Amino acid sequence: MVRNSVMLPLLAIALLGLSACGGKKPLPEAPPVETRPEAPMAPTEAPPQGETQTPVGTTIAPGSLADFVAQAGSDTVLFAYDSYELDDAARAILIRQAQWLARYPGVRVTVEGHADERGTREYNLALGDRRATSAKNFLAAQGVATARLATISYGKERPAVDGSDEAAFAQNRRAVSALTGAQ
Amino acid sequence: MDMRILLTLSLLAAPALAQNAPIRVDINAGIAQPLPVAIPVFAPANAAATEAGTPAELGARIAGVISADLKSSGLFRPIDPAAFTTTVTAASTTNPDYAAWRTVAAQALVTGTVTANADGGITLACYAYDVFAGAELARQGFVTTAAGWRRAAHKCADLVYSRLTGESGYFDSRIVYVAETGARTKRIKRLAVMDQDGASHRFLTSGQNLVLTPRFAPGSQTLTYMSFEGNRPRVWLYTLGSGKQEALGSFASMTFAPRFSPDGSALVFSMAVGGNTDVYRMNIASRAVTRLTTAPGIDTSPSFSPDGSRIVFESDRGGAQQLYVMGADGSGQSRISFGEGRSASPVWSPRGDLIAFTRMGGGRFGIGVMRPDGSGERLLTNGYQDEGATWSPNGRVILFFRSSRSGKVDLYSIDLSGQNERAIPTPLDGSDPAWSPLLP
Repeated sequence: MVRNSVMLPLLAIALLGLSACGGKKPLPEAPPVETRPEAPMAPTEAPPQGETQTPVGTTIAPGSLADFVAQAGSDTVLFAYDSYELDDAARAILIRQAQWLARYPGVRVTVEGHADERGTREYNLALGDRRATSAKNFLAAQGVATARLATISYGKERPAVDGSDEAAFAQNRRAVSALTGAQ
Repeated sequence: MDMRILLTLSLLAAPALAQNAPIRVDINAGIAQPLPVAIPVFAPANAAATEAGTPAELGARIAGVISADLKSSGLFRPIDPAAFTTTVTAASTTNPDYAAWRTVAAQALVTGTVTANADGGITLACYAYDVFAGAELARQGFVTTAAGWRRAAHKCADLVYSRLTGESGYFDSRIVYVAETGARTKRIKRLAVMDQDGASHRFLTSGQNLVLTPRFAPGSQTLTYMSFEGNRPRVWLYTLGSGKQEALGSFASMTFAPRFSPDGSALVFSMAVGGNTDVYRMNIASRAVTRLTTAPGIDTSPSFSPDGSRIVFESDRGGAQQLYVMGADGSGQSRISFGEGRSASPVWSPRGDLIAFTRMGGGRFGIGVMRPDGSGERLLTNGYQDEGATWSPNGRVILFFRSSRSGKVDLYSIDLSGQNERAIPTPLDGSDPAWSPLLP
């Protein structure tokens, strides 16, 4: 044992330390994983019209997401700042979404609620939930069975548009109807 | 993660402390006059090698870590070693050449020795002196593994900080945060942990799942955080030693905004049910859940008082986000913030005397503090978006993250005095920081 140069008796107070935790395999119960298109389409990204070689209508398969967007006008409704109220434009889109869903009863919808970046992280998760719930409740009121409807909030984590101006914020305050079981 | 430390030793012959403590750092005065301190290379007491280097090599690195710690506080100004007129040997550690240190205008001297022990570990002996009074201020020895030399250095810095400020230190602590990369529209977020000074950085998750808001349990060995794993956003636990990850409860609705109670036995969090977000409390052992708020609005971001008796949270029940305090059982909910704009994301100081929060107004976010009764409000920072405050273990420094319009996101710290705002470098962008308690 090497002598400490301090040359003083050392008084051990306590041996502090934390034991490693047991190595049990971490597994949460596996939640159902839904597959869906990765990037929900914003209204400005409606299906291409005129750029395709064949006329619109022959390229969109009935019952597909593209058909849903074309028929409803959008898979997305927009909100005012810090609001979860559906305005007339949003209601019109949701009514047509509900009409389309009535024709394809095998399709289920997860409404994704989003907020722009001008809110704190946790509040915006709650705000996204409010927006998704608004759209979901409206679809249910239009006759879509609630068993076909789910919600998820992404808060400010998944903006549709990269930008920090009002034009970007307006596109990012949204509820997107993501389909499961579409063609 | 090596949490093995430390045999703390009292180096006997307790210091004959300088009478009337001639030097003292006034912590409330901020950085107006940082104290000049000399921190020469720690002297090797022997030459045996360790897996982390020889005592001579470790002595140089340890002096560097202590110097960086003290400088980062804004309260100390380490003197450039190139100016030193004397070196410290193991023999002179306990008998400093005060005259030589006075010539470089050092007011304090921090020195010591490094010994390679027979078991492969090291002993760090740490001394602080008042140069002008010619008196010893403090001494402490630390025995650790060779790999634990950084923590021993931080503990030495904490000793010096504590002796000279009268407050407990905060350098031997960790930060967990969210490392960010990629386009804003598909941001990749990973949990990462590092020492308070940025050393020993490592990622905890792969980035496959979106993760948010990690926070330490009191023992610093467990985290709670939110993950979108399986498109099912909810609260999780992460055990640092084993890497074990566990979802907390199986709720049909989103759970988020988790924080531990001060004794680690419970969590508070929010759950959003059909557009209504309330605050809940879960006993971690039994998983029993109690609903604490019932207002038909957004009640979120709960944080316990350090004695566990109260919870501060935000609510928009009055029309917009404001801070409220309630008993730990949900009783007696009352609003405490009445300033302009919105107040959000409150975090109770570990000292109990203040609550840090995010103030929103005029298109900008800043970090502020107020007393638990809402009085004494002060704004400390102002940015495009300053958010996510977390306290140093001694309640003197606040860490937060700052977003820019370009999408860049970085960690910053600021002293409670409102001075010494510093960027905290991270390998990638960083957000959602949480400071650990002082490590054991």
